[in-house]
Amino acid sequence: MANTVQFDLVSPERRLASVEATEVRIPGADGDLTAMPGHAPTITTLRPGIMTVVAGGSEDDYVVIGGFAEITAKSVSVLAESALPRSEMTQETFDRMMEDARRELEKAKSDVQNEPGPVDDAVRLMADMVAVGSKIGLDPKQSNFG
Amino acid sequence: MPSLKDLKNRIASVKSTRKITKAMQMVAAAKLRRAQDAAEAARPYTERFNAVMSGLSAAAEGSPSAPKLLAGTGSDDTHLLIVMTAERGLCGGFNANIAKLARQHAMRLKGEGKTVKILTVGKKGRDSMKRDLGDMFVGHVDLSDIKRVGYVDAQGIARDVLNRFEAGEFDIATIFFARFENVVAQHPTAQQIIPAKFDAVDGASESTNTLYDYEPDEEAILADLLPRGVAVQIFSALLENAASEQGARMSAMDNATRNAGEMIDDLTIEYNRSRQAVITNELIEIISGAEAL
Repeated sequence: MANTVQFDLVSPERRLASVEATEVRIPGADGDLTAMPGHAPTITTLRPGIMTVVAGGSEDDYVVIGGFAEITAKSVSVLAESALPRSEMTQETFDRMMEDARRELEKAKSDVQNEPGPVDDAVRLMADMVAVGSKIGLDPKQSNFG
Repeated sequence: MPSLKDLKNRIASVKSTRKITKAMQMVAAAKLRRAQDAAEAARPYTERFNAVMSGLSAAAEGSPSAPKLLAGTGSDDTHLLIVMTAERGLCGGFNANIAKLARQHAMRLKGEGKTVKILTVGKKGRDSMKRDLGDMFVGHVDLSDIKRVGYVDAQGIARDVLNRFEAGEFDIATIFFARFENVVAQHPTAQQIIPAKFDAVDGASESTNTLYDYEPDEEAILADLLPRGVAVQIFSALLENAASEQGARMSAMDNATRNAGEMIDDLTIEYNRSRQAVITNELIEIISGAEAL
């Protein structure tokens, strides 16, 4: 069996990566998972988080927000709603994303009164965003978002 | 017969027009390249997305719990036509062709007794349909400030459309745009986006045959992805449209430049002839004056 998988990371606007990887760590909606060669075919949605690709001994990090991943024994394709190499993730970009998430939350709060669903989703999105920020050392500028 | 001076002015004016159209053609060529690159860059995403979706939706289709975005509302009384055109003119038949297709569509549906609503994207199409279809307009998306369409723009439109769908404003949504074939050919196209139809693209067969594990579950993924599918389809339509617009403008301006060139040649001949005529006249006058003495 080959010991690499074909890894593709695409966003609607561009193709970010296409490499032979030995290991891909994916922030799945139901929890993180690592795809290695021979993984069972899986489709999972993503939560905002950091995806790590191990290829040729080096690791590359990408910040991905939304979308889904299609995993087969030979390939991993990640279709992210928006994705950035970690190096391009600056405080500025992050602030803008946080701002979007915050607006989303406000909107959900004002739109839906009795249904917890959308608000919960938005809160989770915020929490994930904050987690991403703290992990890569950016200031979410937000201590209390409840 | 126009005077020499008139002709001269005329030639000068056509020459400056030619300069402008030539410049526009070159600008369009540069923009076309960029638009094509953008369309190219988006293609892998769209293809993958459609491949996954066609597999997912094939499985969900027919099941009673299939989401409305896939199965439809059960009726087809109200249609939403999303007509995407350019924000600027001077691009040949580009805007007119899309508007024409949309108009035919609207008229046919109306003839069948359906209710038709129109959402316009881009002001040129809006202007050209305002007179006869103006009462069907339900909204307009202005992209005139946007230099390069991004996915966010498509998301904005998709959100608007989905909100309307959820509010029960329409049953079927169709987008109208021009598919980019090459610089001289752009085909106005109608594509139904709600209920969603995913064409099985080449190479999709492999993924549809594989049995996947779904995380969370199939239905949740489908419910999550279907609204995105709308945005993806709108985005790829916007990109195709942008490339088509520039292509159409490029060939229109190329024609205009060539026509201006021909006009200049004709006018120059006319100018030279009348200049010669004036000289001949003067000579005749001098000679007959001399003879009279």
